Amino acid sequence: MSRIDVRKTHKLFVNGAFPRSESGRSYEVTDTKGRFLANAAQASRKDARDAVVAARAAFRGWSHANAFLRGQIIYRIAEVMEGRHPQLVADVMAAEGLTEARARRTVDAAIDRIVWYAGWADKLPTALGNANAVSGPFFNFSIPEPTGVVAVLAPESSSLLGLVSVVLPVITGGNTCVVVTSHTRPLPAVTWAECLATSDVPGGVVNVLTGDRAEIAPWLASHRDVDGIDCAGADASLASALEVAAAANLKRVLRPDADEDWAAHPGLRRLSRFIETKTVWHPIGV
Amino acid sequence: MARIEYAPAPESRSVVHLRPSYGLFIDGEFVEPTLGEHYTSVNPADETALAEVSEGSAADVDLAVRAARRAFTRWSRMPGAERAKYLYRIARILQERAREFAVLETLDNGKPIKESRDTDIPLAAAWFFHYAGWADKLEYAGLGPDPRPLGVAGQVIPWNFPMLMLAWKVAPALAGGNTVVLKPAQTTPLTALLFAEVCQQADLPAGVVNIVTGHNDTGAAVVAHKGVDKIAFTGSTAVGRRIAEAVAGTHKRVTLELGGKGANIVFADAAIDQAVEGVVHGIYFNQGHVCCAGSRLLVQESIAEEFVARLKRRMGTLRVGDPLDKNTDVGAINSSMQLARISELADSGVAEGATMWQADCALPSRGFWFAPTLFTDVAQSHRIAREEIFGPVLSTLTFRTPSEAIEKANNTQYGLAAGIWTEKGSLILKMANELRAGVVWANTYNKFDPASPFGGYKESGYGREGGRQGLAAYLEGDRA
Repeated sequence: MSRIDVRKTHKLFVNGAFPRSESGRSYEVTDTKGRFLANAAQASRKDARDAVVAARAAFRGWSHANAFLRGQIIYRIAEVMEGRHPQLVADVMAAEGLTEARARRTVDAAIDRIVWYAGWADKLPTALGNANAVSGPFFNFSIPEPTGVVAVLAPESSSLLGLVSVVLPVITGGNTCVVVTSHTRPLPAVTWAECLATSDVPGGVVNVLTGDRAEIAPWLASHRDVDGIDCAGADASLASALEVAAAANLKRVLRPDADEDWAAHPGLRRLSRFIETKTVWHPIGV
Repeated sequence: MARIEYAPAPESRSVVHLRPSYGLFIDGEFVEPTLGEHYTSVNPADETALAEVSEGSAADVDLAVRAARRAFTRWSRMPGAERAKYLYRIARILQERAREFAVLETLDNGKPIKESRDTDIPLAAAWFFHYAGWADKLEYAGLGPDPRPLGVAGQVIPWNFPMLMLAWKVAPALAGGNTVVLKPAQTTPLTALLFAEVCQQADLPAGVVNIVTGHNDTGAAVVAHKGVDKIAFTGSTAVGRRIAEAVAGTHKRVTLELGGKGANIVFADAAIDQAVEGVVHGIYFNQGHVCCAGSRLLVQESIAEEFVARLKRRMGTLRVGDPLDKNTDVGAINSSMQLARISELADSGVAEGATMWQADCALPSRGFWFAPTLFTDVAQSHRIAREEIFGPVLSTLTFRTPSEAIEKANNTQYGLAAGIWTEKGSLILKMANELRAGVVWANTYNKFDPASPFGGYKESGYGREGGRQGLAAYLEGDRA
């Protein structure tokens, strides 16, 4: 008799723990051919608000952690993913209907992207900051600082590479985030959350919600303690409505680009959107 | 000791030659507004009429945007080195005509001549000179090898630094290869119209700069126009919010420089006389019509009593009156509307239980005036501690420890600027590190420079003006 396998319960990832949705809801996730894969937790408005509380609480520690440490922790995410490579490949194959070879390339790209971002953590002030030659006896410099708590709507189709591509620029800059995963392909994100949980990423820095983007996102967009929103996974009409709601406290908004190629080199566009420039002046004298 | 009185020392108005009426500046020419409507710009110091100004309609805005679009093709393709020379020309003409601009600015705005003469106009010229040098060096701005202009920039500016805000907006836009439609503030359009003459003197190609005067509807028409690719706005957070809503779902890029409630934090070990000067300059400069004004004084409890006493003594020597007088420290409130808002908020401070003190100074009988005002016994919940007053009103709170100062300073929806006064270097850097504000002045306040990025955190808006960050706001590239 063949062994009966032990299946995983797919839960949310909030404040470093894996709770079910407080609403008690779940929804059925299938592969691209419609075959049952698992029941995923269906996050509610309250889950989103709990996640914001966790992200806010984590912000001071993460944003003030020294940049070398932040870089090492982000690199550690890549290390843990490498160890779970076969699991991530299997998840991506099932979620996206890819061949094993393509799924492997996707996971490789996701891991390599994290390594790329890890290296940025202690170079951002060099690349984005500057000493300013003001015309007076002043020492004057500008440095990049994180915006705060950022809501991230991960892309719908690219379940892992797309997810990594929107979360990493946010946390590398020192922000904390609440990410709403792909609605139809949430399972790779749940495995990725397990990688985060074992990577020394402090609880609350990344909070992962599975569920219905259209249900959860408006609460994040209108939340007064959220400072920015990446609408990558929203369609044009949802993104437009979210941008209106985001205006209430002047959130920094990153609009979706329907033609975004997640395999392409990311540049610093996403990262820069959730960076503030702080300028400090001090007189020079005796 | 008897107080030494100053004799009047008024700057001459003769350098300014106002026309009775101004058209809109579209496609290189002054044209009459399509609806033929005008309004009067008045001198807030004596309520006399200065000139008739055109009320631009949506149709006028449309003409201006079309002119800017036509000009964009040529301007954006012109070698950066050539664009640079136009901007250098503008900078030089502003320097040549600096006194004329300073006097006109003071007439139209009400600010002291010593400020328009020594701060606003020299800085405006410096802004053009600085960005002129960027025009042929865009590939070195850190935005990738080939940064591209955005197109037509719609720029809506406030009345507190009319000419300087024009320079902050127009100079980086033009350096990057964009063309602009500028909407000056309704109460202070005159230096912008004089700037139109500067563009003509510089032979700037027609349509590169268009200036449409008018009220709020004119600005809203600029923001709403489909042919505008970029919105740059400086003004209130309330209007900034409406703009952020209006551009939702469009391709328009936006930078917003909005309100503030800056904390000026004085520690017990500060150089007290310098700190008093800095606090006075931080709030009474430009009648407090400064978005980054140090409008909340946070003073360490152990020195609070002595500091407030010295502050009052210094406030008593501020000279309030004729803005054209070269000895004047505090000029006129810009409009009756703003005066009403300041009075209403000051009244709320008294009603909520704070203690108001005003410098003993005679105010002119005509015009709009408000005496330098200090509140003590202020709670964080008072409106005068939370809302931007945008007038010469300082609210004093106290703290015991640096962490309490940080918490109080950051306890605001705004995040534009903050000040720190202490002789201890490590404390300065600790405070600078913890304050959620875009500009931190340590042992100084209200300093501005074209090489230095300026802008806010949180609800003080987004985007920077000044430096390469200010240039990036007008370019598309790897980072923008």
